[in-house]
Amino acid sequence: MTPAAGVGFYSEAIRDRWRRPRFRGDLADATSVAEDVNPLCGDRVRMMVRVADGAVERVRFAGDSCAICTASADVTAELAERRPAVEASRVSTEDVLAVLQADIRPTRMRCVTLPITVLQKALQP
Amino acid sequence: MRLDEATRGDFPILERIVNGHRLVYLDSAASSQKPRTVIEAMSQYYERSHANVHRSIHTLGEEATALYETARDRVQRFIGAAGREEVVFTRGTTDGVNLVADALGRTLRAGDEILVTELEHHSNIIPWQMAARGRGVTVRAVPVTADGMLDEGAFDELLGPRTRVVAFAHVSNVLGTITPVARLCARARAAGAVTVLDGAQAAPHLPLDMSLLGCDFYVFSSHKMLGPTGIGVLWGRRDALEALEPTRGGGEMIKEVWIDRARWNDLPWRFEPGTPPVAEAVGLTAAVEYLEKLGMERVAEHERALARQAVELLQAVPGVTVYGPHAAVDRGAVVAFSVAGLHPHDVAALLDQEGIAVRAGHHCAQPLMHRYGITGTARASFSVYSSSEDVSLLAHAVAALRTRL
Repeated sequence: MTPAAGVGFYSEAIRDRWRRPRFRGDLADATSVAEDVNPLCGDRVRMMVRVADGAVERVRFAGDSCAICTASADVTAELAERRPAVEASRVSTEDVLAVLQADIRPTRMRCVTLPITVLQKALQP
Repeated sequence: MRLDEATRGDFPILERIVNGHRLVYLDSAASSQKPRTVIEAMSQYYERSHANVHRSIHTLGEEATALYETARDRVQRFIGAAGREEVVFTRGTTDGVNLVADALGRTLRAGDEILVTELEHHSNIIPWQMAARGRGVTVRAVPVTADGMLDEGAFDELLGPRTRVVAFAHVSNVLGTITPVARLCARARAAGAVTVLDGAQAAPHLPLDMSLLGCDFYVFSSHKMLGPTGIGVLWGRRDALEALEPTRGGGEMIKEVWIDRARWNDLPWRFEPGTPPVAEAVGLTAAVEYLEKLGMERVAEHERALARQAVELLQAVPGVTVYGPHAAVDRGAVVAFSVAGLHPHDVAALLDQEGIAVRAGHHCAQPLMHRYGITGTARASFSVYSSSEDVSLLAHAVAALRTRL
């Protein structure tokens, strides 16, 4: 992929989500919270979910992370919200990449997968 | 002629085009590039002289042994060691610290303390944690001041009769701080502690003289000083090495073996079990000879100027924070910085789009990151081939970054 803007794998979707994440914030009435660290960079991502009657009502994320990880967390939250918890826990890397529309290099793939695995941890029964 | 002009043509990799731009390699603190003489010396060794060393009674074995042992002599001269037996080959800095920590650890008792500093690379922290574990030994750390210097007052307070080991970096791999080695080692020695220096970021950049530093052990890597990966050096003062019981056994490190016991070989082979990295030693010889030809005073001066230029140019960019000592203070060949609103990995990835290679992240120094309340930084670092243009290109690219994401 050769983006016109010359920013490589920073697709328009990543830049947009990085500048204006929709799902970043606190979730005071969360029913479950999970957190993990990317050993590559020490970045920490926390996913907060509110599950009621087997459905994910709300998802919010927090953490100091790079543009790719922030964008991934935002998309992961969006894909999980208002879905049955079972479905939300199956949000995959492919699903997130399909939204991000970016050619992520192997060295940065963990930036994409970290929020997804943290969400799965939060949704573990 | 400027040092980079004199050396640039010797490094084939610098001709590479990366993402449509001339490669601007500013990650030499992680690993330096290699001059042609190093690459060719290793190929020639494999094409002409390779065999196992020390007990091969044939022409190739004798040549390989001579080449391997010549590397020891070259290193001895390069670092001003009193004798060749004080130079032990390891796999690298990490391996060297582990070797010493493992051996010293076995002599520690409950209540003993190991003193490190907040600016250490993980490889000079974790081996000491491991040495301490299960023995009732405590690891303590000398704090770092806001401008990246070791707090010497705190050092004196932390150093006490329980302190058995003092381990610290000669040059910080993040801040570039040059620590007052001779002063700290003298105090540690007076307190009866063994001193272990991490020289990974010093050996490639500063003239070294073991007789002046006053430490007991000094470790460094070949691959950061123009040599190949896979080999490093543990220097130990003769009596300090003699006092160390080997913890790794195998061939070559023994004189006589029975089923239930053995007699150790002489120094330095006592600490070199197994087939050593012979080709890497040959490459290290070529690297040391290359650096000696340039002259380490000249190398240090060149890199000092680049570091100062980088600090000044980067500090002038709005939103950029530079970490470590003030511009006027001597520092090693590294400059860590951050760009407000941008994650270090994004900084590095965006710079890479312009062919500029920098390091980003915690630089294996998480306690130091905690000290400054950050998760990471970007870091530019220099070697003999780095130029003033490289630094200008970096500063220009960094200045343009905030509009890029």
